[in-house]
Amino acid sequence: MSSIEVIHLTKRFGPLSAVDDVSFRVEDGEVFGFLGPNGAGKTTTINVLCTLMRPTTGSAKVAGYDVASQRNAVRQCIGLVFQDPSLDDQLTAYENLQFHAHVYNVPGIERAQRIEEVLRVVKLWDRRDAIVRTFSGGMKRRLEIARGILHHPRVLFLDEPTLGLDPQTREHVWEYVLELQRAHEITIFMTTHYMDEAEHCDRIAIIDQGKIVALDTPDALKRMVGVDIVTLRTEDNEQATREIRERYGLEPRKDDTRIRLEVEAGAEFIPRLVGELGVIIKSVDLHRPTLDDVFLKLTGRAIREEEGDPLAWMRLHGRLWGRGRR
Amino acid sequence: MTTTAYGPATGLPTRSRWAGLRANAGGVYIIWYRDVLRYRRDRARLVSSLGQPLLFLVVFGSGLTASLGAGLTRDLGDVSYVRFLFPGIVAMAVLFTAVFSAISIVWDREFGFLREVLVAPVSRAAVVLGKALGGSTVAMCQGAILLILAPILGVSLNPLLVIKLLGLMFLTAFALTSMGILIAARLQSMEAFQMIMNFLIMPMFFLSGAFFPLRGLPAWMSVVTRLDPVAYGVDPMRRLLLGADLAPGIRIGNHHLGTVEDALILAAFASLMMVLAVWAFESQE
Repeated sequence: MSSIEVIHLTKRFGPLSAVDDVSFRVEDGEVFGFLGPNGAGKTTTINVLCTLMRPTTGSAKVAGYDVASQRNAVRQCIGLVFQDPSLDDQLTAYENLQFHAHVYNVPGIERAQRIEEVLRVVKLWDRRDAIVRTFSGGMKRRLEIARGILHHPRVLFLDEPTLGLDPQTREHVWEYVLELQRAHEITIFMTTHYMDEAEHCDRIAIIDQGKIVALDTPDALKRMVGVDIVTLRTEDNEQATREIRERYGLEPRKDDTRIRLEVEAGAEFIPRLVGELGVIIKSVDLHRPTLDDVFLKLTGRAIREEEGDPLAWMRLHGRLWGRGRR
Repeated sequence: MTTTAYGPATGLPTRSRWAGLRANAGGVYIIWYRDVLRYRRDRARLVSSLGQPLLFLVVFGSGLTASLGAGLTRDLGDVSYVRFLFPGIVAMAVLFTAVFSAISIVWDREFGFLREVLVAPVSRAAVVLGKALGGSTVAMCQGAILLILAPILGVSLNPLLVIKLLGLMFLTAFALTSMGILIAARLQSMEAFQMIMNFLIMPMFFLSGAFFPLRGLPAWMSVVTRLDPVAYGVDPMRRLLLGADLAPGIRIGNHHLGTVEDALILAAFASLMMVLAVWAFESQE
């Protein structure tokens, strides 16, 4: 069964399509990632899936319920960790969770027990009576994760869950999330623009300018870019190029100072090359494909380049405007 | 954690009529409770929101009594202006606290907490009702604290009177919080709130009869005062505290409105605002 089913979903803000005819499915228990630059339509998609925005056209189902016509049923089944904090920072950690337990109709006899459980999971039990204002960014995010799972959702949405956190805290947050996912078979739908985070996903949809440009497992996506790339500098590039072409049947590409080779298994190829080549090698560099390369290949841009793109800026702007109007 | 409650095995949440109602009741309760909790915790707000009415009472009361003494005496008989002003100041505390409580929705929007509320499986009506009850409770408490001044001003209280006053304060606050929620539902910034304060809330206060009797006013002004919901809170409060001579009731045609009629008008206004506020929240997504 699919936890999320999106069919030809479009969300427009005026003339701008923040999400443009997108279709995909997320299976039960899957960790599914939306990868793309700021303003690509990731948050808008989440907002539609979690019923904060209505689709302009198309439809989406979460946990079997339609996000436009069965909103309360959808809301009961999902947990959310937002991109920006959404805690009441004048209340204590415990009180924030108490609030959540009530609005999500957690049965009275289970409330205290569940709150304790989730607070222990994210290691905030000792700080339960501290006012949230005194928490660090990482603690707040952990509390939000605890809150997101308090009502035992079937699908957990994480919108840039580690944005603005230091690398160590990011790792911790991921540990919690993946542990939860394994222990309770929650489906996780997350957005990110960190490539290394996307690696945690079972499948990734790469989204750019409101459209999904690729959807597959991280490994399969990387295979799209092709093979490993070995870059060489030698004493005599001309001679080396000739020799490589003859000996290995490869097609080296040469610029002023370097030779680029595309090979299947770069790590094994390099020792052979060093041993067998008749020209002295000055340096070798091995580059394995990353999701960055995938994005570059698919869109012609690096994922962090969006600042210079006026359209991307407009998309971002449109999204902010949309969020303000919710 | 109990694994059974997660995943597809849980089955789909059953939303029978009764379960839905219970869920919404929980939502109303906790939204109300959050406002009360924050009020209890925020001593600064408590002190400052009592300071302002006191300032008005002392400065306006004493100042105007000194300069307009003769004229006031003619209008108010043997009641000093400070005493006349007292019910108005109680209403003022209720008005401002109620509106501020409602406007905290704009803060919640700014700090993201509103998302937590809006994405929860409770109806918008429950959200608005919880918020209105929370603001009304807090505003009623603020008004009630001011009643401590009554003996100092020579106004005698008895338990029944206090209960009636609390009821009126709550109703007035409920009407005004509902109005505030309607405004906050569409307000995007605290700057916009400043505008609302200057062009709506202050005039509502000045035209409510808190400062001066609503008698012998220019025609346009007497029309406007009749449209001011705060007036229907000030008048019955003054009648209860100081007697019918000073507050004979807002005149509609030849009829002077009694306390029950005032309460009904407030309730009607509150209901209208509630309906509009729910609609405003539902339609903005």
